Amino acid sequence: MNHLYRELAPISEAGWQAIDQEASSRLPTYLAARKLVDFAGPYGWAHSATNLGRSAEIFSPSEGVVGSQRRVLPLVELRTEFRVSRVQLDDADRGATDIDLAELDEAVGQIAVGENVSVFHGYQAAGIRGITESTSHEPIAYGDDMEQYVNVVARAADVLRSTGIDGPYGMAICPRVYTSIVETTEHGGYLLLDHLRQILGGPLVWAPGVDGAIVLSLRGGDFIFDSGQDLSIGYLDHDVDTVRLYIEESFSFRVDEPDAAVALIPGG
Amino acid sequence: MASEGLHEPAALLDEATVDHHRAMTSLCEELEAIDWYDQRVKATADASLAAVLAHNRDDEKEHAAMTLEWLRRRDPALDENLRRFLFTTEPITEVGSAGSSTDPGWAGAPAPSATGSLGIGSLKGARR
Repeated sequence: MNHLYRELAPISEAGWQAIDQEASSRLPTYLAARKLVDFAGPYGWAHSATNLGRSAEIFSPSEGVVGSQRRVLPLVELRTEFRVSRVQLDDADRGATDIDLAELDEAVGQIAVGENVSVFHGYQAAGIRGITESTSHEPIAYGDDMEQYVNVVARAADVLRSTGIDGPYGMAICPRVYTSIVETTEHGGYLLLDHLRQILGGPLVWAPGVDGAIVLSLRGGDFIFDSGQDLSIGYLDHDVDTVRLYIEESFSFRVDEPDAAVALIPGG
Repeated sequence: MASEGLHEPAALLDEATVDHHRAMTSLCEELEAIDWYDQRVKATADASLAAVLAHNRDDEKEHAAMTLEWLRRRDPALDENLRRFLFTTEPITEVGSAGSSTDPGWAGAPAPSATGSLGIGSLKGARR
């Protein structure tokens, strides 16, 4: 048994399978950051910090001795709780394939948004500087006219290219703008979505939790998501009606190349 | 071509699965090369050739280890088992006797499905 205490839950193998499958099938839709940044690990629950390869001088412990201390980036733990009805779990044991896992679905979306926000915009309390906080480039503003969006994205790609950051490039986009892009057809019937893909050479990613959009290089080595425990489901407690579970992960994130991303913000 | 060894139609497989297959195939090839070199080292009567072949054989071990590590980082069940068995000193069958949540074949009480990890990992390059 590990720290998730799954064996203590009054859940059969069929029940766990239904819960895990539901979470596994929904998470990739929400997990935008993992589609665009490098993923290292998972290194396990005991992995506590990312080595930054740097040290900082500290007070001397005694005369003639110089002290310095290694700098590390501690991993953050994110967790969202949810409940599952025991009646629904009993139905899963009977072979039901449509059991109600609404709270799990909500928790999956919440933790994925937490991960996206941490990577793209940062998580100050955890010491994580996000991509939009770290970028060395001025943000590029866009307006409501989606046809102008082509010029904005082309400018962003050009900014990266002109600073020696190679492609392909990808783009994380807030849900509102993503929907507008998908709905827009340019003059000549060309889909805006396809045109933007051609400019970037990489994917456009629906990214809940993101404000505006971010264009970034996918060449690798610029943005590192350091996973301790990958997304996992654990057991908290239960009563006669429900089982209380949680979905949890631990990670750190760092930007190694601030030149490799450009933020797009509304208001142009 | 990586697709030559696929057992399912390529159209049904995502990019991450094909990459996993590439790494597995590469690992098999490295291990096979180690075995071949090792036999040649033992078979040759020329000591200088044996030294060259032994050097080459050990280079392949580095390649195999790198590929295995790539796979471990993307496979939580493999990660769990490698952590459990590698670098231990007791008899190997006794390392496993505590039971594994991923292998009900081991002695010990059957555990729930897997370690609890959903095995999501990297989605870079996944279809969307």
